This record gives sequence, structure tokens and C-alpha cells, in this order.
Amino acid sequence: MGTYVPNTQAQKDAMLSVIGVKSVQDFYAGVPQEMLVDSLALPEGLSELEVRQKVTAMSSRNRVYGTVLRGAGAYRHFIPAAVKSVVSREELVTAYTPYQAEISQGILQSIFEYQTMICALTGMEVSNASVYDGATAAAEALAMCRDRKRSRAYVSACTDPQVIETMRTYCFGSGMALEVLPEKDGRTDLESLKSIAADTACVYIQQPNYYGNMEDAKAIGEAVHAAGAKYIMGCNPIALAVMETPAACGADVAVGEAQPLGLDIAFGGPYLGYMAATKAMFRKLPGRIVGQTHDVDGNTGYVLTLTAREQHIRREKASSNICSNQALCAFTAGVYMTAMGAEGLRQAAVLSMSKAHYFAGELKKTGLKRVHDGEYFHEFVTECTDAEKVLRALDAQNILGGLPLGDNKILWCVTELVSKNEIDRAVSVIKEAC
Amino acid sequence: MKLIFEKGAPGQHLTLMPACDVPEVALSQSRTEPLELPHVSETELTRHYTALAKRVHGVNDGFYPLGSCTMKYNPKINEDMAALPGFSQIHPLQPVETVQGCLEVYAEAEKLLCEITGMDGMTFQPAAGAHGEFTGLLLIKAYHTHRNDTARTKIIVPDSAHGTNPASAVMAGYTVVNIPSGKDGCVDVEALRAAVGPDTAGLMLTNPNTVGIFDKNILEITKIVHEAGGLCYYDGANLNAVMGIVRPGDMGFDVIHLNLHKTFSTPHGGGGPGAGSVGCKEILKPFLPGPVVAEKDGGWQLVQPEHSIGRVKNFYGNFAVVVRALTYILTIGREGIPEAAQNAVLNANYMMKKLSEKYTMAYESPCMHEFVMTLQDLHDETGVSAMDIAKGLLDHGIHPPTMYFPLIVHEALMIEPTETESQETMDEVCDVFLELWDLAHTGPQILHNAPTKTPVRRLDEVGAARNPVLKYTKA
Amino acid sequence: MNFPAELKYSKDHEWVKVIDSTTVLVGITDFAQSELGDLVFINLPQEGDEVTKEESFCDVESVKAVSDVMSPVDGVIAEVNTELEDEPQRLNEDPYGAWIAKIEKVSAFADLMDAAAYEAFVQK
Repeated sequence: MGTYVPNTQAQKDAMLSVIGVKSVQDFYAGVPQEMLVDSLALPEGLSELEVRQKVTAMSSRNRVYGTVLRGAGAYRHFIPAAVKSVVSREELVTAYTPYQAEISQGILQSIFEYQTMICALTGMEVSNASVYDGATAAAEALAMCRDRKRSRAYVSACTDPQVIETMRTYCFGSGMALEVLPEKDGRTDLESLKSIAADTACVYIQQPNYYGNMEDAKAIGEAVHAAGAKYIMGCNPIALAVMETPAACGADVAVGEAQPLGLDIAFGGPYLGYMAATKAMFRKLPGRIVGQTHDVDGNTGYVLTLTAREQHIRREKASSNICSNQALCAFTAGVYMTAMGAEGLRQAAVLSMSKAHYFAGELKKTGLKRVHDGEYFHEFVTECTDAEKVLRALDAQNILGGLPLGDNKILWCVTELVSKNEIDRAVSVIKEAC
Repeated sequence: MKLIFEKGAPGQHLTLMPACDVPEVALSQSRTEPLELPHVSETELTRHYTALAKRVHGVNDGFYPLGSCTMKYNPKINEDMAALPGFSQIHPLQPVETVQGCLEVYAEAEKLLCEITGMDGMTFQPAAGAHGEFTGLLLIKAYHTHRNDTARTKIIVPDSAHGTNPASAVMAGYTVVNIPSGKDGCVDVEALRAAVGPDTAGLMLTNPNTVGIFDKNILEITKIVHEAGGLCYYDGANLNAVMGIVRPGDMGFDVIHLNLHKTFSTPHGGGGPGAGSVGCKEILKPFLPGPVVAEKDGGWQLVQPEHSIGRVKNFYGNFAVVVRALTYILTIGREGIPEAAQNAVLNANYMMKKLSEKYTMAYESPCMHEFVMTLQDLHDETGVSAMDIAKGLLDHGIHPPTMYFPLIVHEALMIEPTETESQETMDEVCDVFLELWDLAHTGPQILHNAPTKTPVRRLDEVGAARNPVLKYTKA
Repeated sequence: MNFPAELKYSKDHEWVKVIDSTTVLVGITDFAQSELGDLVFINLPQEGDEVTKEESFCDVESVKAVSDVMSPVDGVIAEVNTELEDEPQRLNEDPYGAWIAKIEKVSAFADLMDAAAYEAFVQK
């Protein structure tokens, strides 16, 4: 069996004699004896080689597609080699929360840099050090906007359904009311904003929305503010390289799933949620925040700051319970944004968007028409007579097609990883199937 | 050290993206502000982040006895397994027949962890311990609500609990009732008896408790709560002391969370990603967040529990973390689980014994996997605080213990060596601790000034909070 | 330690400056600020809030702790000193100048201490 206990039996015995007890069982003398476990029904331990074979065999029971045309909340993008190399440094991987700032400057500075980059991307003034993922970031954003007089939130129906579900669960906990703004032609129904309740704390929209469509984010923001509520935008971080920033659209809080910034799709996690806000809202941001300061010699350094907002000090009066976040994922996102630079990120966005449009154009020729009009980023929805057949045909050619939405609708996604040849091949497979 | 924004020059870049091989399109409402990201070469990039990494102390750099955080060694095989393309390149929304291996990971991890904890079902959605607490409390809430038992609005928390417990209870819509701890940090059974009633939704507890002592009244405690109609929540932060020895399920707990990044050896990543898997007894299974993995027709399926509280996160959880934890459990197996616990406890008692030569322990031995020292007397005598000793350790390449926690102990240092430290390492570290105790008497000023050998020295936290500088602004 | 004679004091370490029979200014005492250490933020109450004697009406943060500030009187918040949001250090540097709130419709502050009584109280 494998073990990570370094001490030999002789050393353990020596330690026991220093302590003055006969056996390790003696330490458990205070445990009610009837509760002691005889032996767990677990398999025997294995050598490293056997474990490797066993777990690798499990991984081989998954299918890695050659071409992926599916997004819907998890996006395959190109990850530069330098990113993978740098983020596997042992010091970073095996450290914990930077409680001891003097020996944690690397983590603290990287978070400070990450916060700066998230602010640059969103145009917002303050960012936190990340939360678990885009869905929890969205749910935490609702809680940020709640006050004594306003405890109702609205979310656009054109939001990722998993995000809405997560919000619902959080609201079940907190008692905040959550309502869904209806969809009209693949976008948030602007008319519906005219009749939102007086106790509305905030309105959440996704940009680009779940269907890939661009919302009229500025107009929505104006309507939300006219109702005296806060405006939250959930934005795809790659799209932010080319689209109007949430700040420019009037958002009070900007959040999103930052997995596209250099993280593997990895069957759903770990990812990370980014959260940024205006200066007026920054003390309401949950979780850790890093600030710049100086040491006793006047050297610049970084610390966890504004910590009295957090659960370990404020306890039941804290606005969120979050402690651990996704520090290594935030570090990864920071390295990714550095590697890409503004131009690289813009290229990734332009390539993704352009290829998606090319694909949509080619699909139209095969009879798969877009369901919605208007502008979209790198995802779009088509309808056809037999979506199941289309996806099966692609699957047979090792292509993961778009996500079936029911009613023969398919939500497609194209990123820069998909070449024109692959798109053409997919189109010809579909043409044959239809 | 310069920030990445202060390095390189406009125009420096990596060459990553090909030319666009389809007609380019643009949005009509496009970004107007310039995007200010770093502009560096690949040389500069790797050097910068390598330099940052060197300014971090991880488990691989040296002893890291951060109490209540279980900083055990992170096996490398775990990393290899999580990075397998058959895991890392799988889209979470692939057809279920193409992700049987991923579902098997979840099913297998659930089976093994339920056996270790004495639970009947588990969700892996929660991304961290606090997230697990929130999820577990919502299960309790859903259970009472489903029975129309809506008067249960209070969660009982001992005063020694970590701040996340009460914060999680409030997020779940509960009012917190704090009860005092006894002299040994254990639950004051009479205070508990007085606190429970028809408004009790549940109790949150760790066992061993926050000061590293196994609460011997645990069966009576859980019985009192159950008889009042409440449920019992086990905070798995301290499971490393007792796994394979006793099971929370057998202690009377109904719902638990595990910190896979503590007990099950997955790396802490500088503060995440972790995993806060939540296990529960049969009565709570219908309320678990969905989807969960279930066997059907000889394969694995994703199904929605009947009365699910809904999602607490997108997709299914921090999958790659679960792969690492599963790899660990498969490696050490049936004998390895209790062996890890016993050696964690042995190591803690060994250090406690050696340090009690000079330091005052907050509680009598034996401890479980961690122990708390109180430096109040040292502070009174010499003016040297727990913080000063901690900072002195930094100059010796040792990560300090958890400071000033639990709050019920003055000038507290909480030490958790874990089972993966050798006698040799602990001897060296104990020598340093004892030296620093002497130094507190002979040269306290040296400790007030420590550290001096670290990349930066003590930082102005007051200034940082009064005038927050939270991002870089170009001069 | 400074105990201005013209002020009244509560046992929760707030000072009260009487403006007229129903209006007062309140803040924290020199003793309170020295016990709390370097303050880094204050969560001010809102104008119009009803406050109750001996109940928390705002809180102050140091780097490692958050502490409730108890109202010394019953009344309604008429005005808050928003300057403290940007300069919380004034609570430490000039505790009697750094008023937190003006409270109106005040009833019953007869049992507050005078300076001598408060000085004796903190020295106990």
C-alpha cells in the first residue's frame, strides 16, 4: 500500500516513549469506545504504478473530441505553453492563503496584478481576488446589492440557466426575492423593465447572453437605474476585449465566469468567478481583496486588506461566508492575460467571433438557420428538422456539436481553436445528414 | 519587486494567434477604451512569475504547521492524474455516454468518502469548506421546510467555532445562537440543553473541536439536538485526526462537509481551488444539489434528487480536485486512512510534549491532530507576543502556526504538523521554537523587529486599510 | 487620557455633547479609541434611523476586529459625519472632534455620567 507517512516504526516508537504513552491508541482514550471503527470497507492501498493505471483507465472511459463546437458556459480556448509551465510552480501550488504576508508576497502581488487586469478588462474600479465560479459570482452580486429597503432581484431569462438556478438556491437561503425578466426574440424584453417592483435591489443580465446574442446593455442599464436599482452585468471575459465594457454600459457590478482566461474545461472545474464593482460599491464585495502598502523599511509590499468585512472577523454579520477562493485559478488567469496581452486577447475574441459568423453563414446554406436576428459574439442558436440526427452525425466524425436546447434548437460555439478546415468539415457532415 | 505592468514595453508580446482564416467581423458597439494589459516578451513573463513564485512559502519549501488547515504533503501523482487529457479536456456538457469515466470518478469518490464518514450520499458541487457549510445548512433548511416545520429558525454554534460557521448560517437565512464552551473547549452540555427548543434547526460542530480535543460527550450532544427536533452538522475541518478511527455518521451527525484540500491531500493553491464536498444521511439525500451521479442500466447517469435545493455552483464541482482526492484515497487505502490519522495525532502530541518544556499549553494533553499554546504568560513576562514569535519563525524558514485563533485563547498559536512530517523535521522546528522562547527573554527587541530575512518585513496593514490601493495605476 | 468637562459619557464609552434639550452630538471617547487601536473604517448609520440606548447603531473596524458602537441615547439620526468615511483616523487622533452622528428627538439622557464620574469609571 502507498503511504505518505515518513517516520519508520522505530522513530514512531521513539516518539511514543518521549511522549510517555505505549501506543497511538492511547491518544483516542477519550473517544467512546463503542464508536471505534474496526476496519473500513475500503480497497487496500496501491502502489503508485497501480494507481496510475487504474485512474488512467477511468480517464480513458471519457471521450476527448477532436473538434468542439459546444460552449454554453465552458469554453475551450488556446492556452499558451508559458501559462501551464509557470502555474505549476510548487511554491504556488502548495501554499495556502497568504496569512503571513512577508513570505507570501508572490501570491499577494499576483492577486494585486489580477485585480488590476480585471479592472482593465471590465472598466470597473475595484476587483476582488475571485470567487468560486461565474454562477456563484452572480449569486454573490445579488446579495451585494440588497439593502434594508430593497430585497428583490431580477434576472434576465437570457441568462445561463445554471446561473439562474444557482441564484435561486442562494435566494432560498437568504430570503431575497428572485424574479425572471422575460425573453423576447433571444434578448431581454426591454418593455418588462418598465414595470419592475419598487423594492428592486438589482437587475442582472448576461452579455453576450446565453444564446450568444448581444443585449442592448446601455439601454437596459438606463432603465434599471431609472427604477433606482443596481445594475449587474455578467460578461464573458474574452468578449470584453472587443465589446463595450460594463463600466461604459453603466454597470454597478460586473461579474463572470473567467474560465476562458487560460483554464481547462476539465468537466466543469475548477474555474473561477471574477467580481468587480464601482468605487461606491467596493466595500460590499465579498471575499478577499489585496492592497498595496509598504513595510517598516519603506519597501512596497502587498497585504490582504479590508478584512474586517469578512467572516472570520464579522462572523454572523459578514455579508458572505467565503474564505478560500480560487487563488491558483486567478493566478492562472493573470498569467494568461499577460501572455496574451491586449492584442492577443483581442485576436482571440475576433477569431472566435469571426469563425462563429463564418460557421453560421455556412450552416444557413445547409438549412440550419439562426433562430434570432441581430448581433452575436461566438455563440448562436439554429433550428432544423432533426437536431438529434445532426449531432449524431457529427459525433460519428469525432466532432462535439452544439448543445441541444430542445425543439430542434442547437446552441453552437466556435472559438479560435477551431480552424476553417474543421468548420468546413463539420458543415459537410451536417449537409450530408440533413 | 516591480509589477508586471512596469516591465517590458509597448510592442513586446508573445506570438500566439494565427491570422484570421475567415472574413473578419466586428461588433457595431465595440469597446472604445484602450485595454491596458501587460506587454512583455515570453522571457520577461516567465522570469516575472518565477520571481513571484520564489517569494512564496509552500509545503514544498518547508514546515507549514498552520493549525486547522492541514497542510499535509501534496502527492505528485495526484497532479499527474488530474492533468490527464481524458479529464482535463472533457466538456462538462458532453453526452453522458462520453463522460462515463468522469462520472465514475464522482461515484467512486462518493462511495469511498461515504464509507470513511458514515454518510449515505454526497454532493461534490461545493467548491470550498464555507461553500459546503452553506450547502449543508440549506439541506437542513429544506428538510424542515419540506416537513412544514417552519418555526425552526436557529442554528446553534459554539463560541469556539470558526467565523465561517455563523456567517454560513446567516447566508442560509438562520439566526445564530452562540453557546459557551467548557474549560476544555468542549461543548457545555447544560448550555446546549438550555439552548435547544422548537426553534432549533440544527447544531454546527467540529469534533475534534477547535482546540484539538475530542469531545467525549458527542453522543449525548447529538442526542440532545435530535430530541429537540434539530439536525447535526459536522464541520469536517478536523477530520484528519479521526478518519478511519471514528466516523461522524456514527457520532450522530446528519450532514457534513469535507475539505478535500485539507484531509485528502489536494493542494491549497495559495487559497484555492479546494473542494467542500457535502455528505448526508439518507433523510437528507432527496434534498442534495443536483445533478448527482447514479447507476442505471450498467452505466452512470446524472439525475436530479427529488426535492433538490438546486445548484450551488455551475456544473458538478471542482472536478480536478476530486480526481486528486480519489487518487490519494486509492493510494493509501484501507490501512492508510487510519494510519494517516494516527500519525497526525502522534506528531502533534510529540511536538506538544517537546514544546511544553517551555511553552504553556492552553489545554491538557493528549491532543488530537493539533494543539493550542497560549503565550499570554510569555507576553506578560517579556512583552513578546504570539505575533512576534510567529515573525521570528519566518527568519528560520518556518511557516508560523495559526495565530490568534481560536478567539477564546489569548495569545494563541495553534500547531498542526500533519502526518507527513518526519521526526527529524519536527525536532529541528521544536529547537527553533525553544530558541525563540529563550530569545524572548534575552533579546525581545530582535523578535519585535523580526522578520529581517524575508523579501519584505512587517507591512503597514493600517495604512493599507485606511487608504486602500487595490490596483495599479500608471504614474 | 482626556475627559472634556463639557461632555457627558455613557458606560459603553461614547461621549454626548448636548446641543439643546432634544439634540445631541455623539462620538467615541479617548479611552474607547485607545482600546480599539488604529481604526480603519466606520460603518455609519443612515439619517432617519431610529436608535436605541445601549444598542448598536454603527460599527468601527480596526485591522483585526470589528466593534459595535452603542447609542448613548434614544432618538433619531439627524446627520452623520461622512468625513469619517474617508478619514477614519480622526477617530483616533481627535476623538472629541470626530463626532459620529447628530441625534435628534432625544429622550432621557439623565443617567449619563459627567467627566469626573466617567474618569473614575474607566480607572476602575
